[in-house]
Amino acid sequence: MEIYLFFLFGGIAVVGALAMVFNKNAVHSALFLLLTLVMIAGLYVLLNAQFIAVAQIMVYAGAIVVLILFVVMLLGAELGESIPRWLTLRNSVMVLLALVFLTVSGTAVYDWLYSTQPITGTVTDEVIARQGSVQLVGESLFTQFLLPFELASILLLVGIIGVVVLGGWRLVQHRQRGE
Amino acid sequence: MVPTPYYLLLAAVLFAIGAGGVMLRRNTLVILMCVELMMNAVNLTFVAFSHELNDMTGQVFVFMIMTVAAVEAAIGLAILVELYRLTRSVNIDEFNSLKG
Amino acid sequence: MTAIEIPALNFAALLPLFIVVGTGLLVVVLDLFIADKKSLGWLSLFGVILAAIVGNMQQGGAGFDPAFQNVSLLDGYANFFNIIFLSTAALSILVALGYLGRVGLHRGEYYALLLFATSGMMAMGMATDLMVVFIGLETMSIALYVMSALNRHSRPSGEAGIKYFLMGSFASAFLLYGMALTYGATGSTNFSDIGSVLTAGTVAPMAMLGLGLLLVGFAFKVAAVPFQWWTPDVYHGAPTAVTTFMSVGAKAAGFATLMRLLMVSFPAFAVDWQLAIAVLAVLTMTLGNVAALAQKDVKRMLAYSSIAHAGYILVGVAAATTEGIKSVLFYLLIYAFMNIGAFAVVGVLEQKEAIGTKLTEYAGLARKNPWLAMVMALFLFSLTGFPPLAGFWGKLYIFRAAVNADLTWLAVVAVINSGVAAFYYLSVIVQMYMKPAADDAPEILPSTPATRIALAVAGLAVVLIGILPASLVDMVAKGVFG
Repeated sequence: MEIYLFFLFGGIAVVGALAMVFNKNAVHSALFLLLTLVMIAGLYVLLNAQFIAVAQIMVYAGAIVVLILFVVMLLGAELGESIPRWLTLRNSVMVLLALVFLTVSGTAVYDWLYSTQPITGTVTDEVIARQGSVQLVGESLFTQFLLPFELASILLLVGIIGVVVLGGWRLVQHRQRGE
Repeated sequence: MVPTPYYLLLAAVLFAIGAGGVMLRRNTLVILMCVELMMNAVNLTFVAFSHELNDMTGQVFVFMIMTVAAVEAAIGLAILVELYRLTRSVNIDEFNSLKG
Repeated sequence: MTAIEIPALNFAALLPLFIVVGTGLLVVVLDLFIADKKSLGWLSLFGVILAAIVGNMQQGGAGFDPAFQNVSLLDGYANFFNIIFLSTAALSILVALGYLGRVGLHRGEYYALLLFATSGMMAMGMATDLMVVFIGLETMSIALYVMSALNRHSRPSGEAGIKYFLMGSFASAFLLYGMALTYGATGSTNFSDIGSVLTAGTVAPMAMLGLGLLLVGFAFKVAAVPFQWWTPDVYHGAPTAVTTFMSVGAKAAGFATLMRLLMVSFPAFAVDWQLAIAVLAVLTMTLGNVAALAQKDVKRMLAYSSIAHAGYILVGVAAATTEGIKSVLFYLLIYAFMNIGAFAVVGVLEQKEAIGTKLTEYAGLARKNPWLAMVMALFLFSLTGFPPLAGFWGKLYIFRAAVNADLTWLAVVAVINSGVAAFYYLSVIVQMYMKPAADDAPEILPSTPATRIALAVAGLAVVLIGILPASLVDMVAKGVFG
């Protein structure tokens, strides 16, 4: 059963990703990205990472894609570039590089399959079923990884200040002119 | 049970599509989407390993990556909107006023 | 449902970082009430200097233990990098105090962003866990993206911002994929745990791929060839005060993490990455120097020169010995002073609409402003590596480390490259001292006291380290991790 779901979600994700890249209309690209992201959320559920799956839907689908779509429509940039020809020398080199990358990573994965793996953790599926993945992620976040968590708050602050700096200038000028 | 390498290979395929898209496309917004796809491929890899290793670190890492991805998208779009005011274009090839 | 128990954290070890962040927060809040943005700059400078003093006082005392569950460590190495980051930040603030007002960009948030970027760099220097590396790197990068795009009325600045952003996030994706594979192969994100699993030698190919992707990511971040193409446009288009800061800070932060990661986590693959880094070093030096020869704009030329310098530093990394680490630390601190100095002079001569950065516009500077021409010549001679200036010793130590690590060929390539580099540095000096000024040359605006302090400090450092390198060598000796 699980394996069928994997191929269903994975297949749609790959098709969505390809459609995103090879689509002239940026709005359609964004919607295909959304499709791929939702499928990946499904895969997270299969991997017993429910918290991440929910966060995926909320953060990526709910915030990032909406933001991108908003900007696409704001700028009226949906038609994007005119693509005269996909088959150019440069593009073929890129595709070749991507294939080489895939082969190398595939080999690494294949080799990893037949080597001894360091099973270090204690968080088995039973533990997740008993405690829930939210609690486990939270515990890890507030003990082992407290420093990255705190630093992330600085990162978010930088993001806020950055957007204000880039976008809020007009507001300041208006206020100075007394408008 | 789906074997972990399946997830890893799927993630590698998605990563390669994203990386290829960054190179192929000239529309800055689509490039941004492709980068998000690459980040998602990484996230899938992390969660697959986290499941395989019975370890929560991978999932916490994914949580961090999501935070960063959101901030990155906001900042990138803000810069792009500002640049669009000056250039009336989102095509990366037209951002070429500097030549040396 | 049990309550989470917060473990022992050792806040004291991260005190310098907290001081920088706290100053940044203070600047953000005070920005609302203070109209005179210059005072915010001086406040930031005070915070940076305070952090450096506190960090130095902590050395040798308590606080060397790993902090926050072994995800960060303020050892001598991190402390030395903190000194590099904080001096970079301090000098950049001084440069910004003069520059931003002149080009009409004076905003309080600039100093806050600069401080937060510095805190990201410090986190990278102290990190012993991939997650901290990632968050620190992104904090630094995102602040720098915004700072590059700061000039909203200038098209080059916006283009620099978007290019830096796209390349930066593309590189981050590779870096993250490398981290993910490393995590999968070793079951940990902690530097020393990764190292011990890999030394035990079980899962090579996946970790190797992870290392390769990490190298690609870091090569992007430190602007090494073949991942350097964004650098000239970004350094050229960004406001000069920002270029000053990021050409040194971002590079040093990248090297800080890269060296610790390679030496602590990947000693098992030392032979492989040594070769990869050596090849990167050769390409980076050569391409940076050759491209710099053809430049007609001093700011762009210095951008290519900074690529070349990343190449010299990679020579020290490729040595993969304690001596190599020391030589890189030594070089980076010197590089901070001389590169910031040179960019600061460019900033003084630059006016609105990017007038005043062309090579021909430097003609006759020695007659118009002898002091400025003198310090510029000083920095350029140091960047070339003329004895007895600081840059000479920096190069000497790096090359010696390479020779002692049986990489004589690499040292020879580097020496030849330094010779090539002399041409373009000297051409600026020739313009300043030998050529008469054009009649329509733009007038030089008087520099502010802050800029003069920055130039004086950087110039003095270049000369003093050049005459007395021994004291810095002693300092560097404490900056090696166990």
